[in-house]
Amino acid sequence: MNFQIKTPSRYVFEVINALLLLAFGIICLLPVWHVIMSSFSDPTCLAKHSGVVLWPLSDGPEHPITYYGYKSVFGNNSLLMGYANTIFYCAVGGCISTILCTMGGFVLSRRGMMLKKYVMLMLTITMFFNGGLIPTYLVIKELHMLDTRWVMVIPGAVNVMSLVIIRTAIQGLPDSLEESARLDGAGNLVILFRIVIPLAKATVAVLALQYVLFKWNSYYDALIYLRDRDLYPLQMILREILTQQDQTSVDYDAELAMYEDLIEYCTIVVAILPIFCFYPFILKYFTKGMMVGSLKG
Amino acid sequence: MRWIELKRDIRMNKGLYVLILPIVLFLFIFNYLPMGGIVLAFERFTPKNGVFFSEWVGLKHFISFFTSVYFVRVLKNTLILSMLSLIIGFPMPIIFALMLNEVEQDWFRKCIQVVSYMPNFISTVVICGIIIDFVATKGLITQLLVKIGVLDEAKNLLTISPYFRPIMVLSDLWQGTGFGSILYLATLSGINQELYEAATIDGANRWKQAWHVTLPGIAPTITIMLIMRIGSLLAANSDKILLLYTPLTYEVADVIGTFVYRKGLIEQDYGYSAAVGLFNSVIGMILLVVSNGVSRKIGDTSLF
Repeated sequence: MNFQIKTPSRYVFEVINALLLLAFGIICLLPVWHVIMSSFSDPTCLAKHSGVVLWPLSDGPEHPITYYGYKSVFGNNSLLMGYANTIFYCAVGGCISTILCTMGGFVLSRRGMMLKKYVMLMLTITMFFNGGLIPTYLVIKELHMLDTRWVMVIPGAVNVMSLVIIRTAIQGLPDSLEESARLDGAGNLVILFRIVIPLAKATVAVLALQYVLFKWNSYYDALIYLRDRDLYPLQMILREILTQQDQTSVDYDAELAMYEDLIEYCTIVVAILPIFCFYPFILKYFTKGMMVGSLKG
Repeated sequence: MRWIELKRDIRMNKGLYVLILPIVLFLFIFNYLPMGGIVLAFERFTPKNGVFFSEWVGLKHFISFFTSVYFVRVLKNTLILSMLSLIIGFPMPIIFALMLNEVEQDWFRKCIQVVSYMPNFISTVVICGIIIDFVATKGLITQLLVKIGVLDEAKNLLTISPYFRPIMVLSDLWQGTGFGSILYLATLSGINQELYEAATIDGANRWKQAWHVTLPGIAPTITIMLIMRIGSLLAANSDKILLLYTPLTYEVADVIGTFVYRKGLIEQDYGYSAAVGLFNSVIGMILLVVSNGVSRKIGDTSLF
């Protein structure tokens, strides 16, 4: 908008606007920064300190940062196990879900199938209504899927929203490509693998990424369906470490509490690190995903 | 006659039917069987007799829910939390997007975007871990509140019920404002620049441009987002509440979702819990259908 002449009041507005945005940015960053810096701090200093930790606290220049908390976190087998489980759930679940949604989206984008509208109806109803927690739980129980790895990757695999988005993307592809392939004698499967998937792969990738992030961050399914700690995903282990201390107790062993705090900070850092490493690279796909999701299905 | 057609159709589109079969099977098992399982809400469930053959008790569970103190409590808490997040959480991303849109330095805007989207990628459990740490007796926020005189003495804020809702709403705001602005920013950048030029020539100042060009430009997006929000009004964030509430704050924190979880999975009162869940699903469905219908009418855009 550089065709406009700036008035003095515009300058004032711009400065105030920038300051407010800056303040919001700092508010977004500060809690995370505090946690990261605290995780490298000396636990005794940390207990004495009040206010935001902007830089690792230490008792002298000879020990600028401590790794004590991290040693203990990486020595924690259940945390590592949780990591491995989560990676498994994300990978396997992501594959199953992506394959099913792509298949479904492809079939429902075809013309001339008699039963298509009934399948579509079946899909739509699930978006409006569901059985609820307990009936779903009992079905899973009857299928003997409680406390298995499968319960984490199978039940949510058909995501109706993603399926519809993929269908819309496929419908947007030019018909001529498919027609010429048909003339060359290509069947549905050939069209799916040689034409549709290469052309719609950006949409599919975005949705797969969304699935993985959702799976990585969610704990609720595991809370309901898993009892066996060896199968717990990372978030369930984090839940134990971060949220299950006795919140009501007033007075307890101060020394122990000190180390517990440090370990909690370190655990948070270890938990969010992988996502933050990938974050700059995947961000644009997520912005794209928001757009894709907002299109008419 | 129809059967013959269908048979021919299946033979012709054999490949497609094979591809769609697993999906239909999935939906049947994981979505439709549980819907059938709703009969549980009308039964006194015993594991021996199973879901479909337990003793029929009619509306007993519903009556005992509607007449209990919990009904008013969980419904009120669900609605208050949803309304608060609607009233406060909905406009914030719009304001944020409008403010970002006024920034002329690209690098500054990008920096703020990257930083403010970040909280969205942190998991609920970690967010709650951070909240618990910050509002604990010696936590950052508690200390701050004591310093500015809001609190008389340092206490764990999660054990004090009046603080529960602000904690929920503010943390949602922290997590969602930045990422929620993406859609509005995209719409804003799509507004035709010539409109601004024309407005300038007509003598409109910045505020008038914002009012007559920018706002009408994003109004359709706002409408759709608002309607979608209303459709999920009853879906209070129960997996977050589950991590943050304590028996001390049930009074204000217990929502339908958490109540169903406690009754069903902790106390194993399956029939009662299924009844409450059904109540929730039905209201949720009505809200969705209505909001979707309104959305289709107003914006020519609908979710489904």
